[in-house]
Amino acid sequence: MIRFRKDDGARAGLFTRRALLLGGAQLTLMSALAGRLYQLQILESERFSTLAEENRVNVRLLAPTRGLIFDRTGEPLAVNRNNFRAMLASDRDRGRSAEIVLGRLDQILDIGEAERTRLLRELRRSRNFQPVVVRENLDWEQVSRIEFNAPDLPGVFIDIGQTRDYPQGELMSHIVGYTGRVSEEDLAGRDDPLLQLPTIRFGKKGVERALEDDLRGHAGAVQVEVNAVGRIVRELDRTEGQPGDNVLLTVDVELQRFAADRLRAQQANAEHKSGSLVVMDIVTGDILAMVSEPGFDPNVFARGITPAEWRDLLEDPAHPLNNKAIAGVYPPGSTYKVAVALAALESGAIDGGTILNCPGFIELGNIKFHCWWKGGHGGLNVVGGISNSCDCFFYQAAQRTGVDKIDEMATKLGFGQVSTLGLPGEAAGNQPSRAWKQDKYNVPWQPGDTFNLGIGQGYMTATPLQLAIMTSRIANGGYDVQPNLLLAKAAPRQELAPPTPQLKVSASSLRIDRRHLALVHEGMNQVVNSPTGTAAQLRLDAENKPIDPAFHFAGKTGTAQVKRITERERAMGITQEQLPWHLRHHALFVCFGPVDNPRYACAVVVEHGMAGGATAGPIGRDVLLETMKRDPSRRLDRFRKTASL
Amino acid sequence: MTSLSLGAPAPIGFGEKLWRINWGLVLVLSLIAGIGVVALYSAAGGHFEPWAAKHAIRYGVALALMLVVALVHPKVWLSLAWPLYIASLLLLVAVDVAGKIGMGAQRWLVIGPLQVQPSEITKVAVILVLARYYHGLSREQAGRLVYTLAPVVVILAPVGLVMVQPDLGTAMMVMLGGAALLFVAGVRLWMFLAAAVCAVGCLPIAWTFMHEYQRKRVLTFLDPDRDPLGAGYHITQSKIAIGSGGLFGKGFLHGTQSSLNFLPEKQTDFIFTTFVEEWGMVGACVLLALFALVLIWGFSIALRSQHHFGRLVALGVTAMMFLYVFINTAMVMGLLPVVGVPLPLVSNGGTAMVSVMFACGLLIGVNVYRDAQLPLAR
Repeated sequence: MIRFRKDDGARAGLFTRRALLLGGAQLTLMSALAGRLYQLQILESERFSTLAEENRVNVRLLAPTRGLIFDRTGEPLAVNRNNFRAMLASDRDRGRSAEIVLGRLDQILDIGEAERTRLLRELRRSRNFQPVVVRENLDWEQVSRIEFNAPDLPGVFIDIGQTRDYPQGELMSHIVGYTGRVSEEDLAGRDDPLLQLPTIRFGKKGVERALEDDLRGHAGAVQVEVNAVGRIVRELDRTEGQPGDNVLLTVDVELQRFAADRLRAQQANAEHKSGSLVVMDIVTGDILAMVSEPGFDPNVFARGITPAEWRDLLEDPAHPLNNKAIAGVYPPGSTYKVAVALAALESGAIDGGTILNCPGFIELGNIKFHCWWKGGHGGLNVVGGISNSCDCFFYQAAQRTGVDKIDEMATKLGFGQVSTLGLPGEAAGNQPSRAWKQDKYNVPWQPGDTFNLGIGQGYMTATPLQLAIMTSRIANGGYDVQPNLLLAKAAPRQELAPPTPQLKVSASSLRIDRRHLALVHEGMNQVVNSPTGTAAQLRLDAENKPIDPAFHFAGKTGTAQVKRITERERAMGITQEQLPWHLRHHALFVCFGPVDNPRYACAVVVEHGMAGGATAGPIGRDVLLETMKRDPSRRLDRFRKTASL
Repeated sequence: MTSLSLGAPAPIGFGEKLWRINWGLVLVLSLIAGIGVVALYSAAGGHFEPWAAKHAIRYGVALALMLVVALVHPKVWLSLAWPLYIASLLLLVAVDVAGKIGMGAQRWLVIGPLQVQPSEITKVAVILVLARYYHGLSREQAGRLVYTLAPVVVILAPVGLVMVQPDLGTAMMVMLGGAALLFVAGVRLWMFLAAAVCAVGCLPIAWTFMHEYQRKRVLTFLDPDRDPLGAGYHITQSKIAIGSGGLFGKGFLHGTQSSLNFLPEKQTDFIFTTFVEEWGMVGACVLLALFALVLIWGFSIALRSQHHFGRLVALGVTAMMFLYVFINTAMVMGLLPVVGVPLPLVSNGGTAMVSVMFACGLLIGVNVYRDAQLPLAR
């Protein structure tokens, strides 16, 4: 049954009033919305536009191609190889899917449980959804399998980076060095934003380190539009970076190989093959070969060294990581006698005619200083003193000259200082003086110290490089030539060719009397080429092999005491061969040639090689002979490839 | 046609019914849905798939449904109010038990190929039940506390069920929409004040019942910089999109924020942002003005209705539309915490569109049958 409300008018009236009230309220709220729109879109529009643009546009640096390194003949020493990396980007909502994707990637890359956990943690932590590197150095099969399965692998993409490749491997490891991740100390004083790129590699050792700022190049930048998960949607603008400079080193890689082989061969029976040599152009200072044995494979560092590999390198008693040519310090032994002879002549303590007597030993107070030749050499002038390497002659010569004059000459010849070579880790050695000893031991210089200094023992230490510098400066007529590794440098795509062979005349004279130098030259000549010389067995025609006299050379042997032989041991007749390897003497040899028109110098140190003449000498001879035959300094026309990459 | 009781107006013919349909309102609704198509086309990066085409088709179907609903006599709705309400409650329970989980909440019920969101049906059902209830009460009765208890239960039952899902947006809409109905129906003002005081008192309890993400949203709303990459990210990005749109917008299909996915849920709750980024304040004002027209129309229909049921239904539907629009836009502009409320006829989503069009059908029906005589059954 239908009833009607009689009071409908009353409730309709109330309804109307309240509905209008409600409508008013809604109108007010709608106006508030309009006001908010005005605030956001008019008042703060500019700020939000900037924010939207910042959201959208992302500037990413482009890593430039690292400069290439070649030897003087254009042989590649360090090149770049494409490195295909699997990257994984995670979305805001894709935390779970990353796990699934990694599971699928596992079938292609064999990631493993621990690595997967680590990657997931890294993904969660990554700021702004930066992609993480899943695996580097993929091979073609892995790349194609990932590309093929791309639809099932959301967030996975292949990124092409570059890694360093060292085609000469161990041979050039100490010169070229290697690159690694940028460390805190690498950043010191450098504000290149490029170094912030996670993929960038920084020179850690050798030339890679020394020429880092040239090799690195300049970053390019690409402006990209990115979406909310940081994935690139399109490229807006691109500024190409500038690749690093390509460089030619002064080294001749073939000569280097010859020298390294020769160094190893000489030590075929040694417990450890440890030694170094430096071959230098005495005029230009160009380092033609610089070997430190054993070496290491820099490619291992480029791909990322494992802790086990690193430990093996560190614990090797032959110290493969140490560049002994520039960082190994040894008492120069008898090779130092040429420096003492020059000091004595220059100071006027002796002259070419001065005869000093060798009875087999010299007494100083109650201490006997022995000559290596027990019977004594009798009376010798400076040439004979050098060629016989007479200890007694140099005890007396040093005594007459005094430590101060020897110190002065040693400094002229390059001892006790780091050269301008520029390689990191070069040692200065130790060049003793009165002030040094007072400072270091708080004890005054003793006459006995001068005796020891006279034969290159005691406090005196030097690097093979310094011995090569000394030899070069004596051989070139007294010019302060400095070692040099950089032959040419050019921006990429420019022709990289060595300069036309010409002498660098920038070296200035050390102001050493030429007649004095001639006496030392003659002494060194007789070391090798006189039947009574200490290295007479090295004479090029000694083995009845007719060799062009143009290749004749001069040299000086040396033996550096590692452990002082006691009187008791001497009495017991203990020979060097009976000592453990690490206590045996170091064998040294310095030489230059051709003897009539010197151009090349070589210094060899065989660690624990015992006698200098027997062990280091043949190496020095063969390497110097090979250098003279190749004559790399005058024959840059041998430059095979124009390295214009 | 037989003559009826004294004073009763003569029944109207079919032509007259069609004439009484507010075609202007239909046009405005279609314009709003058209804006929805444009916005969804843009949200898909300039494609009709997957949203815009379906939206247009769905609107066509819903439009037909609306016109049918508008031509159904209100007495039918009067008698269907309770069954519809009970059914929606049952569906809500079903959702809580067997619903599909999406976006961290159980909101959908999958019936064959259809995904139904029962909370959308609830909004309409509550309006119908309350209108029917107050239709049978006198002014005095409506003002008394005893008669207010039943409506409160009617409102709170679905609110409780949607809170469980959890769907704070729908809960808010049902509560506020219900409150609006009680207000115009004549419930005393002191009761609203008391309820408000009660609600404030209950806040700490509600806090303990809230989900972690809901608390986060509230805290984030109070201090958006609190977690700019987490919970505050959505609203920050939305404000950037709206603000960077400026007066005239970035142009159709040129909205970087939405096309580059900086906007979350750009096709549903944040569709307003998507549209406004490209069309600017001008576009936003046009859209809001269209909605305002719907509201004005709604009020005028409510005020012209000769029967109380019609008044209340019309006002309920209008209040519901207002709440949809206001909560959604205020939310994307950072004036309200983020709750799941779509923008009617613009957001992608089937059930919401159907329920909105159904409600508009009821609204237009009130105008068509504005002088019908309705039984007073309780």
